[in-house]
Amino acid sequence: MSYKRKDRALDEPRAIEAKVGVIKRADGSAMFKIGKTTAYAAVYGPRNIYPRFLADPTKGILRASYAMMPFAGVGERVRPGPNRRSREIALVTEQALLPVLDLSEFPNSVIDVIVELPQTDAGTRCAGICAAAMALADAGLTMKDLVAAVAVGCIDGTPIVDLSKEEEDYEGEVADIPIAVLPRSGKISLLQLDGEIDKENLMKAIEMGKKVCRKIYQIQKAALKKKYEVTK
Amino acid sequence: MNYREAKEHIEGLLNQGIRLDGRKLTEYRKPIKVEPGFIETAEGSARVIIGETEVIVGVKMAVEEPYPDTPDQGNLMVGAELTPLSNPEFESGPPGIQAIELARVIDRGIRESKMIDSKKLCIKKGEKVWAVMIDISPINDAGNLFDAGALGAIAALKSTRFPEYDGEKVNYKKHTNKKLPLNKIPISVTVHKIGEHLIIDPLTEEENVSDARLTVVVRDDGKICALQKGGSMPLSSEELDSMLKLGAEKSKELRKFIE
Repeated sequence: MSYKRKDRALDEPRAIEAKVGVIKRADGSAMFKIGKTTAYAAVYGPRNIYPRFLADPTKGILRASYAMMPFAGVGERVRPGPNRRSREIALVTEQALLPVLDLSEFPNSVIDVIVELPQTDAGTRCAGICAAAMALADAGLTMKDLVAAVAVGCIDGTPIVDLSKEEEDYEGEVADIPIAVLPRSGKISLLQLDGEIDKENLMKAIEMGKKVCRKIYQIQKAALKKKYEVTK
Repeated sequence: MNYREAKEHIEGLLNQGIRLDGRKLTEYRKPIKVEPGFIETAEGSARVIIGETEVIVGVKMAVEEPYPDTPDQGNLMVGAELTPLSNPEFESGPPGIQAIELARVIDRGIRESKMIDSKKLCIKKGEKVWAVMIDISPINDAGNLFDAGALGAIAALKSTRFPEYDGEKVNYKKHTNKKLPLNKIPISVTVHKIGEHLIIDPLTEEENVSDARLTVVVRDDGKICALQKGGSMPLSSEELDSMLKLGAEKSKELRKFIE
């Protein structure tokens, strides 16, 4: 029996909203919302790196952090501060964003990307990456491309895009696969998988995800342009 | 600009009766916005905007054991996360002294005002009580996190609805219509002294050159329920008196936004 959705098509993401320049103090910032999952990203830098021994004289360093706000989850309060999960997500966020940046311009410096989520309902790392990519562009950094990300997956042998929390917790056979795509080249800079899926469905799901990422890319671009629109 | 230049510049402006952003000394920034119920995953929440400062406050609830010295009262906890999201000078990691002070001052205002009728949060004396956990998360720190955070906490508490509880487990997916037992709403106003001048609602630049600050928390019956002095300079009794007066007067303006 194949899986069916009540409220949207299998290849349809939840409602998406994007806004650039939401944090005035930051050098670049953005908000990305997919369904209820909301991510803020702030970019500071390039700036001096402390402690100094971390500095690389050949190129700049991209340093990401990821955090859920204590009230961001349905369920018990999330304990603030880094944990193993948030550290891993920060690492894969850096790796998802690195391919579009040219850090050789900024030796001995750091670009800090701070991602925080006030409200979550699955797909947090992808929302964070979408927001971070826009924030980097907003900070005026030279970029080869943007980065768009979405979770794809498979429920009872049916590939789907943008899992909700309910779908992640589905009782049957589930796979949760966050991916990030460089929209212009179609290359994948984040790929993780939790669950069970066969290769055929995996490839199908990824293709579906790429299509959605192209849509997300359009939304990201529109949000960036909107900030710099001349108001009459 | 170094500290001395900044201080001279800001003080020079204050001597002429204006602020860095053109405001009067005892004027709030505009806009002031309070949006309760901003976060759907929390039991209660609010977003507060004062000028360019933006703070989200969330309330989570849980059933816990009471503290041994208050076996028939609910537990209250206030936390503040000053992360580099909102201000490049904040560092990630465990709360620094700034975050601890902010959380404790807001905690004190709520606790000492007896705003929450904590005996009504008791489920079974000595065994089970409701815990109310308030978290302050700044999005953009452009100054005055004390008052924005406190206002957000009050608005979030007012918007809080109990989750369902069957005596064993809390079901966070279902919220009841039951509100927190609240009365006597406290409002926090922080007055800063720069040179000979008293100002409210400081910008970050003003906070950086402030000689002294006094957070005044006033209840709706006019009683002061919490105070916190900060900064390196001492205050005379006359100065203290004018700061308290100013705080009480200005609290009336902020109060309108949560009623």
